[in-house]
Amino acid sequence: MSDGRERENRPDGHHRTGAGEVKSLFRLAFAFVWETGRAVASALVRGLSGHDHSPPASAAFEAGGRDADRNLAPVRETAAHRRRGVLLVVCALAVAIAAGVGFLFAYWMQGDNPLLGGCLALFLGGIGCSLVLYARWLMLRREAIEPREELPSSEPERAAFAEDFSASVGEIHRRGLLITVALAFTGLVAAIVVSLFRSLGKPPGPELFTYVWKSGQRLMTSEGAAVSVQALQPGSTMIVFPEGSIGDEQAQTVLIRVKEQLLQLPAGRSRWAPMGYVAYSRVCTHAGCPVGMFEATRDLLMCPCHQSTFDVLRGAVPTAGPAARALPQLPLYADADGILRAATGFTEPPGPGFWGMPS
Amino acid sequence: MIRRLVRSLDSRLGLARFVRSAMNHVFPDHWSFMLGEIALYSFVILVITGTFLAMFYNGSSDHVIYHGAYGPLNGVRVSAAFQSILHITFDVRGGLLVRQMHHWAALIFVAAIVTHMARIFFTAAFRRPREINWLIGVTLLLLAIVNGFAGYSIGGDLLSGVGLRVGYSIMLSVPVIGEWLTFLLLGGRVPTSVTVPRLYALHIFVIPAAIAALIALHVSIIWRQMHTNYPGPHRTDRSIVGSRLWPSYAAKSIGLFCLLFAAVAALGGLVQINPLWVYGPYDPTSILPGSQPDWYLGWVEGAMRLFPGLNIRQGFLVPDVFFPAVLLPAFTFGLLYLYPFFDKLIYYDRTGRNRNVLRLPYQQPFNTAFGCAAFVFFLVLLFAGGDDVIAVVMNSRVVDIRTALRILALIAPPLTFAAVYLLCRRARRRNETPPPPPVPESPAVPIEVTREPK
Repeated sequence: MSDGRERENRPDGHHRTGAGEVKSLFRLAFAFVWETGRAVASALVRGLSGHDHSPPASAAFEAGGRDADRNLAPVRETAAHRRRGVLLVVCALAVAIAAGVGFLFAYWMQGDNPLLGGCLALFLGGIGCSLVLYARWLMLRREAIEPREELPSSEPERAAFAEDFSASVGEIHRRGLLITVALAFTGLVAAIVVSLFRSLGKPPGPELFTYVWKSGQRLMTSEGAAVSVQALQPGSTMIVFPEGSIGDEQAQTVLIRVKEQLLQLPAGRSRWAPMGYVAYSRVCTHAGCPVGMFEATRDLLMCPCHQSTFDVLRGAVPTAGPAARALPQLPLYADADGILRAATGFTEPPGPGFWGMPS
Repeated sequence: MIRRLVRSLDSRLGLARFVRSAMNHVFPDHWSFMLGEIALYSFVILVITGTFLAMFYNGSSDHVIYHGAYGPLNGVRVSAAFQSILHITFDVRGGLLVRQMHHWAALIFVAAIVTHMARIFFTAAFRRPREINWLIGVTLLLLAIVNGFAGYSIGGDLLSGVGLRVGYSIMLSVPVIGEWLTFLLLGGRVPTSVTVPRLYALHIFVIPAAIAALIALHVSIIWRQMHTNYPGPHRTDRSIVGSRLWPSYAAKSIGLFCLLFAAVAALGGLVQINPLWVYGPYDPTSILPGSQPDWYLGWVEGAMRLFPGLNIRQGFLVPDVFFPAVLLPAFTFGLLYLYPFFDKLIYYDRTGRNRNVLRLPYQQPFNTAFGCAAFVFFLVLLFAGGDDVIAVVMNSRVVDIRTALRILALIAPPLTFAAVYLLCRRARRRNETPPPPPVPESPAVPIEVTREPK
């Protein structure tokens, strides 16, 4: 913008050579658009304010109106100013047209995303700039002051409304019956709509209250192989599923082997971890994310969603973060062939908590 | 010809009077009045780009095997929704551009609403007679956030799947009705076969229709009540100063629309957003480290991370997520809805007049201090929503970052409140020179009496 201004002001007139023809072409094109637009606009204005039925002006416009507006920039409304404005608008328009053509070209030639987006941005940006420049340079900048209409109705208007309304109510006989009709309709429609919500789904079902594992079920890897007591070294972990529901979200269980002598499981769970194998639900009790990280050095399970940590050695009680409840534990035993099996289901339904959760 | 057309239209519809008053409608010239316009125009962009996307998107969670242009996922089991998004991205000409523009426009939409609301709040524009429009505006913010969540949850990708599970856990945690609510609305434990279709119906029809209707109401009320003015010469409760709708305001406003559209196109073309193919399809046993929601839900995420693990268990259970993810948002929006009425208690105005001149922030220290404190609180929560990322960047432990942010969330807002309140009071004392002491027209006491008796 400042560049254009400087060139215009340079006395030697060098800027006219070379770019001169292009500029005059633009001027021609612009003059065409401008004249057409002006013709349309003036026809609109003349059409709307035709002398034979000019609209009655409201009180507000009588008081102020367009002619009363204050011109904010009278000094700048010169021919040189307008020339400069035309130049700026035409520059923006030229960018827009070039970019618009570029977009069409890129689109039909299967151009890639940055090219399409860049061309579209330049096109729309050029149009937007030319409109804003137009408003700034080629439209009169005037400050309008308007009286506001009083929002509250006047007392006579209110009284007239009240009178009409009570007269209209007087035309209704047995008004109580009409009110009964309206109330019955509203109440029943509301009841029907609310009832239809029942069709949306099933009642909170057994899947919320399930303990997932059944007694004696084998632990399976995600590939469907049974897990034996040789599967893991101390300090390592794997995902297991109950036989028959491999890949099931609610049933995913993390199997960890820890050093047996370190285990401090809660009372009554001492026989649940054969050879240091402990299994916990892998669904976080906080917000249901998979508790996917295991820190072997500190024997912590961690949920990557909200960083709750659970102590593997002490029955997966939460040690830090927002979770309040321990991960449900799965009692394990090894059968005669050394295959790990579930003794019963989880200690509590896995997953996030809810009002009626059994404890 | 045009003149004849205009005349024939006017003779049928009687437009001249209305159009004349409309084009003379006065709009104030202040940049901060553009924020609401940006929100409105973002919505227009969202409708345009969203319509294009709806031509291709398939809102179904049926499983299919992907065979398409994106090689790395060839032969992988994905949902039909995910497949259709990959189709839009890699096969539809301009599809990726429109999809990214849609997402960027959504982020800008909510950001524009929030900044617009901040302008309204800090200049007390919600006061009489504009309380109704404040209530509509708060509802629009709520709908925009919900629709944003619904929009990015129907991708069938890993990130949105995790988001849906968190959303499910939050809904399930509501006391007494949570289980029924979740099972009726989401169809059971997510993802179910109805979850994505329902969110899609909400996302493209129910909520946008509500937003459009409320925007129409919002703008009509603005038109009826006219804008406020910043204080200045000729600006009183009974007059409005600015420029007329036609031509300069219209040119500038349409120009703003084009420039906003241009910015969205530049972002959509040049800055990658939500690359589903990088996240991969949803898999219930996988998780992306560093998963976060879009920014406008970052404060809920942060609250969920900062809130200590507390349950209420007395036969029934009120789970830990209920407090930060249901109670805090409910409290936040409740406060937003009630603030104009709360404000009446602090700045009691017994005249009951309509106010049309804005207050500057320093002129109402309590509101400004309260707004700044709330802003700081939500900013801390927003940062907490990325505490794992901050820990990686700062090379420290998540636990330490979380402890620091917990302390900050409790201490920073009251400190901000005190500091801003005092600053506003000082600015008010400096700027509002006390009126000169009233000169008594007739001295209350005869002058003679004050003289010393001789």
